[in-house]
Order: sequence, then C-alpha cells, then structure tokens
Amino acid sequence: METRSARIALRLATGFTLAFLYLPLAVIALYAFNQKRIQTWPISGLTLSWWQKAFHNPGVRDAVLRSVEAALGATLIAMVLGTLAALAVNRYRFFGRETISFLVILPIALPGIVTGMALNATFRTVFEPFGVSFGMFTIIVGHATFCIVVMYNNVLARLRRSAGSIEEASGDLGADTWQTFRYITLPLTKTALLAGGLLAFALSFDEVIVTTFTAGAVQTVPLWILQNLSRPNQLPIVNVVAVSLILLSAIPVYIASRIAQESGILRRR
Amino acid sequence: MSTQARERPSEAGEDAPQPAADVRLEGVRKSFGDVVAVDGVDLEIDQGEFFSLLGPSGSGKTTLLRIIAGFERPDDGTVWLADVDVTNKAPFDRDVNTVFQDYALFPHMSISENVEYGLKVKGVGKQERRSRAEEALQMVRLPGYGKRKPSQLSGGQRQRVALARAIVNRPRVLLLDEPLGALDLKLREEMQIELKRIQQEVGITFVYVTHDQEEALTMSDRLAVFNNGLIEQIAAPADVYERPATEFVAGFVGVSNVLEREGQRFVVRPEKIRILEQGEEPYAGAHVESGQVRDVVYVGMVTRYIVDLEAGGQLTVVRQNLETSSQDVLEARGAQVRLEWRPEQTYEIGERGQMEEDE
Ligand SMILES: Nc1ncnc2c1ncn2[C@@H]1O[C@H](COP(=O)(O)OP(=O)(O)O)[C@@H](O)[C@H]1O
Ligand SMILES: [Mg+2]
Repeated sequence: METRSARIALRLATGFTLAFLYLPLAVIALYAFNQKRIQTWPISGLTLSWWQKAFHNPGVRDAVLRSVEAALGATLIAMVLGTLAALAVNRYRFFGRETISFLVILPIALPGIVTGMALNATFRTVFEPFGVSFGMFTIIVGHATFCIVVMYNNVLARLRRSAGSIEEASGDLGADTWQTFRYITLPLTKTALLAGGLLAFALSFDEVIVTTFTAGAVQTVPLWILQNLSRPNQLPIVNVVAVSLILLSAIPVYIASRIAQESGILRRR
Repeated sequence: MSTQARERPSEAGEDAPQPAADVRLEGVRKSFGDVVAVDGVDLEIDQGEFFSLLGPSGSGKTTLLRIIAGFERPDDGTVWLADVDVTNKAPFDRDVNTVFQDYALFPHMSISENVEYGLKVKGVGKQERRSRAEEALQMVRLPGYGKRKPSQLSGGQRQRVALARAIVNRPRVLLLDEPLGALDLKLREEMQIELKRIQQEVGITFVYVTHDQEEALTMSDRLAVFNNGLIEQIAAPADVYERPATEFVAGFVGVSNVLEREGQRFVVRPEKIRILEQGEEPYAGAHVESGQVRDVVYVGMVTRYIVDLEAGGQLTVVRQNLETSSQDVLEARGAQVRLEWRPEQTYEIGERGQMEEDE
C-alpha cells in the first residue's frame, strides 16, 4: 500500500540521493566557467577563457591523445579476448568451466592497487629484460585486464539470453559452424559487443590506479589531473579537463544503455 | 494378435535388407552422468508415417529426438536415416529438420528470412528461395506475413513459422518436440488438425514428441510409449489403448484398471464395464464381481464410479448419463453393486512397467 506521504517521502529521498551524487559535479562544472582563478563562493562571473586555454595547452592535448590511444588499444584487446572467452564458456561444457568464468570476472573485484602492483612486478621482471619498457604498451595490457571482464560479461549475458537452441536451429537447417557464427551468433551479439566496447572504453579512459603502476613516463588524462591538482594556477584548467572527462565518460555509458534497451533482442520473451 | 512384432526386430534375427525405413535406431543408449536418459532403444519408422514418442516428462523423448537430429551423440547404438548410418554425422549433414519446443526463431530476421534460411545456407538462388518460402508460408496459412519480425507474431503464429521454416527444406524426416506445448487448449486442437493435414499434404515422415496421450492417440499412425528411457510398447493408437502391453502403458494411456486374479494381471477399460441393475441377469459368459462404490465423480456427459471389489483391487467404471441426474448419481455412493465385463475385453499385461521405482 502506497500512501500519499510515503510517496512524497520516496521522492524526497530520491531527490536527496541525486543531489548527493551530482552536486559535487555541478560545482566543478560551474568553476570551469569561473572568471577568477581562485575558487571562492559565490563566483564572480562566467567566462569561456579556461576552455580556450585548456584546448591550447600542450600537456592537456598530449594527455588526451595518450588516453584515447590506451582506451582504444585496451578495448580492442578486450573485444577479441573477452568475446572469445564468452563464446567458449557459453558453447562448450568442459572441465573447469565455472572456474574459468570466475577467474575471468575476478580482476574487476580485486583492488586496483593489487592489480597495479602485480602488473608492475610482472612487467619489471618479465617484460623489461626483453626490452619492453613501461609506457603505452604496458598501460594497454593493464587496462585490458578489467576491460576484458566488461566485454566478457556483456557478450555472455547476451549469448545466455538469446543463443542456445537458436544456434542449434541454424545447424539443423543446414548451416555449418562458420555460417552459424556469421548469420546468427555475430548479429545477435553485435549490440552487446558495441555496448561492452563503449563501457570498456569509458572505464579505461578515466582509470587512475592501474595506470599509475604501468604508465612509466606516459601521462594519461587522469594522471595529468592528479599532477596538476596541486598547482593553484593550473586549477581552472584542471576543472575544464575534469568536466570534459565527465562528458566523455557519460556519453559512451548513455549510448551503451540505449543500445541495450533498443535492441529488440533484449525484449524477446 | 500381437502388435508388438516390431519392438525387437533383432530378436527375430533378420539382418537381411528390409524395405527401407526412414528412421532406424538400434540399441541407442545415452546417459548424462548418472542419469540414463535413453536406455537401449530399437525403433523403426516407415516412410511417410506420423509416428509419436509418447511418455511422461523426463522419460527420454527429447533426448532420443536430439539423437536423431544429431545434437547429441549416443553412447552406444546406431542411427540410420534411409539406410545411411548417420550416427557420427553433424546435424547439418542429416536430411532431417526439427521444430523446436520454444520455436527457436531467429529474432533478428524477418519471417521470410527465417523461412529462407535453410535454403540460403545451402546456396539456393534468391528467386527460388522467395517462391518456396512464400509457398511454405501459404501452407501454414500465414501468407503475406514475410516482412514481420518474430516478436510481432502471436505464439500460434510463431509455431507455424517454425513449421514453415522446417518443411520448406523438404527434409526426409521432420522432428517435432512438443510443438504445441506452449499453446492454449483451443489453439492446440486446431493446430493438431492443421499438422495432420500438412503432414498428409507434404508426405514427410513426422516424428512427434508429446506427453499428451490424447494428442498422440488422435494424430499418430503409430506411437511408442516411453518410460524411464525405455520403450514399453510400439503400436497403432487403438492397439495401445485397447491392448496395453504393460501396466505402465495401461495407466499412462487412459485409466489404469489393473486387477490380479489367479496370478494373472490384466486390464479392463472403464467403459467396458457394466454396472448391473438390482436383480439383473448378467450376460452369458460374462465375468461378474461385486463390490462397494467408494466414490462417484459426476463429469457432465458421463459419471465415473470408483468401486472397491470384494475379491481385492479397485476399478473405475464409466457410465453415460443417459437417464440419470446428478442427484441420482451421487446417491450411489456407498452402495453395493455388481459389475460385469466380457473376458475377451480384458488384456493380460506384462511386468515391465514396474521399473518405475528406480526414480
Ligand atoms: N543435457 C542434459 N544434462 C543432464 N541431464 C539431462 C540432459 N538432458 C536430459 N537429461 C536428463 O535425461 C532424462 C530424460 O530427459 P528428456 O529426454 O528431456 O525427457 P523428456 O523429453 O521425455 O521429458 C531426464 O532425467 C533429464 O533430467
Ligand atoms: Mg522433452
């Protein structure tokens, strides 16, 4: 039973939660347009000049490029490996299947600092002797560890929901394994691939901890923010970069959730 | 007259070539871990036959169908399709199509793309694909639905699409796994008639899985009754009903009226038993027993009497409500009655059905 007062209380609670989540973001967004360099309340006036400065700042430009590079690389690796793992776990019943499923998902639950440490030690002792130094490659490998989980989960969820007897039906109608993959499995998981890819990209783009341990001299956007946060005269530009980062992560997540909703496949049954 | 002659062809020692059966199974066995799903099945299904696999849930019907389709490989035994050993062939290498219980339509394709799929992967040209798909949709009474998506159809319509998608390939054998299970009663009865009509029209051998004994009896040319991975009887519907081979069959196909007299077990069908009126003389040669009516169930056209017999055992008797009202009927409860039936309408049964207790 829902009374009037209960309904109002619920709405208030929802409003409070949203305010709690988004007020700090709103504050930063506001300071990104603040006329003064110093953050004081109330702000004295609005300006776009910090945005212009940020855009022409070579450190910022470089960091954005590095971040995009790392996110693309990690997403690509995750797409291939995560999808293959999902296909294998879904299709075949083999010894240790549940264990593999658990092991693939585990990295997302591990503290980033542990993953970072472990990767750092591995790269130092295994890769460096072969001449692979810390930099873009190690960042990409590090990010791929958690991006794979995202891809794997997205694709597996889709396969569990839609494949099964559908793939059997395809074989029954005379399609060989490759035709079934091409005409049935791939189209059915296409949107899951896209949604998972966007999420993986967003995750990689603002990752800090693992990056700290694997970046070497390379500076990604989050690392750049971390470094410049303590410099008072850089602060307005940091705000601008932070707001861009919010938008850049929000857009892929939004598109991904829209894709998931709109594909009629989800609403089957 | 024995109707079980087909059940164990190997016992008769006929290894010589016989007229080609469309489907032939020899000693097929399949287990999943500890569960024996199919426990040594021999079966022959003739060209153009409507053959049902009838049995309770979990008796191994689906597993056997999947073995014929090639989705499961038997642990033991051989599967022949039209005299070719296909035991180790992949599903796409068998001239067999399946109508799945959940239809398994491709959700991202239109109805005509669904129906054309089998022809497309076999490289049939676009023109021919189109016309054959349209023809198949016509046959299942869905002409003009080609552009829609499966999600835009009702359950009954999806079922028809699944059927069209299979028969458009003109397979040698069509396998159907409880294809009407998800439909409501009225639609199910309509589709039973439709299916039978389509089968006669295309002349394809149908292997039809169902747990509904009425469905199996009305549609099949012959049927196999399954229990615990074993075939209890293979015969025509009337024979299965009137001359059940085992106690299990008697119970599963109709009401189980099993009595044991002088060491012999036999079945009497409820509608073959007559309740004698007070002082009425039995027919000459009829078998008469007396007992007490324990319960009466009035079901409109007929009444079911459950009678405890003095000589032991219990029988269900069905009587048409010709002159009796529900009031008269209910007063019969507790009454002493005499029952009669003709000995030639009882059928002796074997012991095989007793293996149920493994469960
Ligand atoms: N893939 C499977 N894994 C494990 N057990 C199975 C599998 N398929 C069927 N079984 C078991 O085999 C038995 C027969 O199942 P099934 O062939 O589906 O029976 P039916 O179709 O007559 O209901 C059941 O006990 C079922 O639990
Ligand atoms: Mg079944």
